[in-house]
Amino acid sequence: MTKSNNFPEARYELINPDPLKTDEFFLNMGPQHPSTHGVLRVLLKTDGEIVESATPYIGYLHRTFEKHAEQLTWPQIVPYVDRMDYLASMNNDLGYALAVEKLMGLEVNERAQYLRVIVAELNRIASHLVYFGTYGLDVGAFTPFLYAFRERERIVDLFEEISGARLLYNYIWIGGVAFDAPEGWLEKVADFCDYFIPKIKEYNDLLSYNKIFIERTANVGVIPADLAINYGLSGPSLRGSGVKFDLRKNDPYCIYDRFDFDICYGSGQKGTVGDTWDRYFVRIQEMVESVKIIRQALKQIPEGDAKETVPKNVRVPKGEIYFRSETPRGELGYYIVSDGGKNPVRVKVRAPAFSNLSIIPAIASGLMVADLVAVLGSLDIVLGEIDR
Amino acid sequence: MEAKEIHQKLKDKFQDAILDFNEEVLQPYIVVAADKVDEIAEFLRDDDDLQFDFLNSLSSLDLGENLGVVYHMYSMSKNHKIVIKVEVPKDKPDVKTVSHIWRTADWHEREAYDLMGINFVNHPDLRRILLPDDWEGHPLRKDYVPQKSWHGIPTTLKGETEDDQEQ
Amino acid sequence: MEPLLKFALDLVPGLSQLPHWLFITLVALVAAVVLFVFTAVFALFAIWLERKVSAHMQDRLGPMETGGWHGWAQPIADALKLLMKEDIIPENADRPLFKMAPAIVFGAALATFAVIPWSRSFIPSDMNVGLLYIISISSLGVIAILMGGWASNNKWSLYGAMRSAAQIISYEIPVSLSLITVVLISGTLSMQGIVHAQEGNMFAWNIFRYLPFMFIAFIIYFIASLAEVNRTPFDLPEAESELVAGFHTEYSGMRFAFFFLAEYTNMFVVSAISTVAFLGGWMPPFEFLSFIPGPFWLFGKAILLVFVQMWLRWTLPRLRVDQVMYMSWKVLTPFSFALIIIVSFWRVLTL
Repeated sequence: MTKSNNFPEARYELINPDPLKTDEFFLNMGPQHPSTHGVLRVLLKTDGEIVESATPYIGYLHRTFEKHAEQLTWPQIVPYVDRMDYLASMNNDLGYALAVEKLMGLEVNERAQYLRVIVAELNRIASHLVYFGTYGLDVGAFTPFLYAFRERERIVDLFEEISGARLLYNYIWIGGVAFDAPEGWLEKVADFCDYFIPKIKEYNDLLSYNKIFIERTANVGVIPADLAINYGLSGPSLRGSGVKFDLRKNDPYCIYDRFDFDICYGSGQKGTVGDTWDRYFVRIQEMVESVKIIRQALKQIPEGDAKETVPKNVRVPKGEIYFRSETPRGELGYYIVSDGGKNPVRVKVRAPAFSNLSIIPAIASGLMVADLVAVLGSLDIVLGEIDR
Repeated sequence: MEAKEIHQKLKDKFQDAILDFNEEVLQPYIVVAADKVDEIAEFLRDDDDLQFDFLNSLSSLDLGENLGVVYHMYSMSKNHKIVIKVEVPKDKPDVKTVSHIWRTADWHEREAYDLMGINFVNHPDLRRILLPDDWEGHPLRKDYVPQKSWHGIPTTLKGETEDDQEQ
Repeated sequence: MEPLLKFALDLVPGLSQLPHWLFITLVALVAAVVLFVFTAVFALFAIWLERKVSAHMQDRLGPMETGGWHGWAQPIADALKLLMKEDIIPENADRPLFKMAPAIVFGAALATFAVIPWSRSFIPSDMNVGLLYIISISSLGVIAILMGGWASNNKWSLYGAMRSAAQIISYEIPVSLSLITVVLISGTLSMQGIVHAQEGNMFAWNIFRYLPFMFIAFIIYFIASLAEVNRTPFDLPEAESELVAGFHTEYSGMRFAFFFLAEYTNMFVVSAISTVAFLGGWMPPFEFLSFIPGPFWLFGKAILLVFVQMWLRWTLPRLRVDQVMYMSWKVLTPFSFALIIIVSFWRVLTL
């Protein structure tokens, strides 16, 4: 193989070619960086510590999911769908399965639906715990990370029992779920809920209401509601700006209309509406709401065979559909086009973090470098789904 | 508002630019002309009855001889949705940009350009987003053939490529 | 140095045979070596302590394997590993500066040990301007940090070095001002003199005098000294999540070990100064406990403060650079000025 040293250098018009210019400072928060939550490169133009512009460059984790899906059969796509947003893979599975089922007109067994909701909400809690831990790291608090992962271990153990895997489950299939809950699993989920609720108070004492944390995050990176909607923000990042919109309530899918829970939104409690503290706190509150949903689902779940409606051959009629579901990051949309064959014609994934990240150039100017890290962390991006 | 009413409103304002309407399918869609899509988008966002302020998704399609762009949009205040479609020939895939109407479209259009090769006219910064800047071709097209190698790295696993032979 | 010489003569009477200059040099050398060894051993112990403290606060165990009992040999293993690492110097780095920086930073930290009183007689150099000497020498560390950050040829290191320089220089002022209140009470800048002025039992210690003002002075000194040693919540020069490792990103192996060593030595030094100035130095809390030698008390109190520093590190998030500056200039400095005025008035009126 030839050794290539002709990688294009100044292909972006933004790089300053004059090395002695002293008033601007181009800084690369490069693809490898402890706080960019994945392989993301942000090119910063700074004046001392103040950022003048921040341009994100993505594509380092592009794994050609959409092209690949066109060569796979419908059930084969499910494991690949997991791998996009690897922190919330149950929710990814759920969105895809629901989209295909709607196109097929397939009814799913009740027990499977309840199991789906339970694992999706558990995964929401797990994803928000990772967010909480890594956000603490971003602002310099080392301990919340360990506490969050202590709780997450219990959730991941539950997932391992039901699906066999710890991170990427391939559990929610078209027409149902892969495995029914083993003996005693539902009781363990109930135990976890009881164990978890007091921990939220611990997190609030340690981080949320800590004066230094509030100083770092309140009034920083304010995103007004109309800017957020225009940029296509969704999920907790949008709700942090005060917009009361949650797909599970506004456009219910699966069986979410049977549960009673609140939409958590930011109200400027510690600063301005739409600052990073609001976005952070929305996620903490959402964990509590998820536990509520799980408890209700555990009460209502019927007996039966969860795999009853899983078809042996998946035959999807000609048509197309755009189906959206609420993942921990926001609105995950699947635009699926089928021509009746074994493989889809087009699977387009509308990743929530893709649009969430695109707002960075708009709000970065005037922030300090440390603030930019805090804002980037508050949007909760996962490069796996941004790059697909 | 129902899809039929939305279609009627658009037809009244834009007459010829609205090409087709299909409401038999699961999600009714309206086909519009590619060069008027930015005006239609502005009307969709700003009109009081429509108020489509949220662009869910901008997807690109390969329809054989033509390329298509599909816009899914939603109104937060009025709680209605609509699908707009645009079709352009493959040898001249020019679509007017809507990135100044919904800033969501900025990156979605860059991705459509990168992977499908649709040229968005008047886009402020149309360059590749997921693939490296010097990549050749648009991979999502059905007739895409990958380049033999990129900076000396072969793109196929089958045997040896010509580049290796040269050494 | 006289008490030390007397102490050495008492120990080894034969030394009086040597020519005077040789005698002094020998005693000084031994003292320096003892202190250096102490620093090294203390740093190893502090690293282990930090890992254990942080682990138990984070609901885990920390080192358990190396050496058997709770991993006591872990820092020794770490030191061996660092010694055996390849010495990497970045390509366009400024080589002389790059090599000098760790040495100077450690040297500045070690030099402050010259005036710390361990007991009545063990103080290497009882200068009558001891406190002034300490404050000046510890500022040399800033130069070394700037050298390290600049010479690394890395924008991120430079960021860390700049932030650190701004921070340390700004916090020198509250440090010095709160120590001036101590000088006002003790009437002398000499470290040994300050300790002797707190003779008596626990309640003669400076922290309990002129209540509550000296206590406030102690708090101000403690916070400012956290900033001096770049510890959380003031650790943005080494902010791991933003700058990888700040000014010592490009250092590896033994050079990194020196920076690390210097950090823990600094922690001990500021705690020792705090002990001498506010907590009575090597004086026991009560008279009947004076059979336990002085160094034990000094070390014990300093270690307690080091533990509090570690405790804070693992609990609190990090302050942003403008908040750090705000804290120093608009909060700590005015308060310390106010304290000086109040303490001097109080002293004059009760003289």
